[in-house]
Amino acid sequence: MQPTSSPYLVLLLLAVAAVGFAAMPLAAAWAWAHFFSPNKPGRDKNAIYECGLESKGDAWIHFRAEYYLYGIIFLVFDVETIFLLPFAVSFTTLPVGAFVAMVIFLLLLVEGLVWAWRKGFLNWK
Amino acid sequence: MIDEGLKSELQKQGVYVTTLEDLYNWGRANSVWPLTFGLACCAIEMMAASMARFDLARFGAEVFRPSPRQADLMIVAGTVTKKMAPLVVRIYNQMPEPKYVIAMGACAISGGPFKQGYNVLKGVDRYIPVDVAIPGCPPRPEALIHAIMTLQEKILAQKLTGPDRPRHLNADVASEFPVPAYGPHDLEPSKNDAVWHPPMIKR
Repeated sequence: MQPTSSPYLVLLLLAVAAVGFAAMPLAAAWAWAHFFSPNKPGRDKNAIYECGLESKGDAWIHFRAEYYLYGIIFLVFDVETIFLLPFAVSFTTLPVGAFVAMVIFLLLLVEGLVWAWRKGFLNWK
Repeated sequence: MIDEGLKSELQKQGVYVTTLEDLYNWGRANSVWPLTFGLACCAIEMMAASMARFDLARFGAEVFRPSPRQADLMIVAGTVTKKMAPLVVRIYNQMPEPKYVIAMGACAISGGPFKQGYNVLKGVDRYIPVDVAIPGCPPRPEALIHAIMTLQEKILAQKLTGPDRPRHLNADVASEFPVPAYGPHDLEPSKNDAVWHPPMIKR
């Protein structure tokens, strides 16, 4: 038998067959649903909620953005803890420049906390 | 339509003849997806049936779907209280056609040991059409498997055309069932007369 013009032709054929194998049942299901089975929408069937209860109220409600601020303020303490531990472990061997840089970093974080405190974000309303 | 005798004669010679209807029903019957929906202790037996020891997967019914939109079969596993009944009917309405119902256990069939209770629905068939009922309190997983096999036989025997075709292929029949409301003393209405036909004693 003569070798085919391209050695990759078999791969192409296989790919087409594989896609067809996957797409054929989907196409058959679609055709069945559109041409044979009657469409019967209804009030319950088109309802959004699926737990048997009827949904109450409007889905478009306002969420309070306060948690976002608390998350940001939490980050101050979180980042501080992560950097304070290696700072404390290697405190005795640190040069003066590193110590000054660390204190500036801590002051920046504390400044953010003081700002939030002054603004009154730490009061839970 | 091929003659049954000719069909079996051909089968002996190794030639298999089938119809689209048989193929369609064969596929449907072997991929019945139940709803993940348990009401009481029967649900424990339902879970056992889907696990390795009883292995409901052998019958193609192991894919318990958490959404009614994807389920074919509602297994009413347990006591239906009057508070729960509207929810059951609403979930049944949300399932796409074709849909089937298995009433599992004495409670789902008739109220069972709680039949005299003021808050217990005396059988889920008062509101939704039940295809297979399994007696027992609770029924063993084998009984649930038997019910699934019975349902498969029912699906295989369904005609897709003609006046006897099932509800999902008949455009004139509504697919939703009325949801009862909470009344001051009982559910209103207390039964769906189009679905529930109480057994009459003939004297």
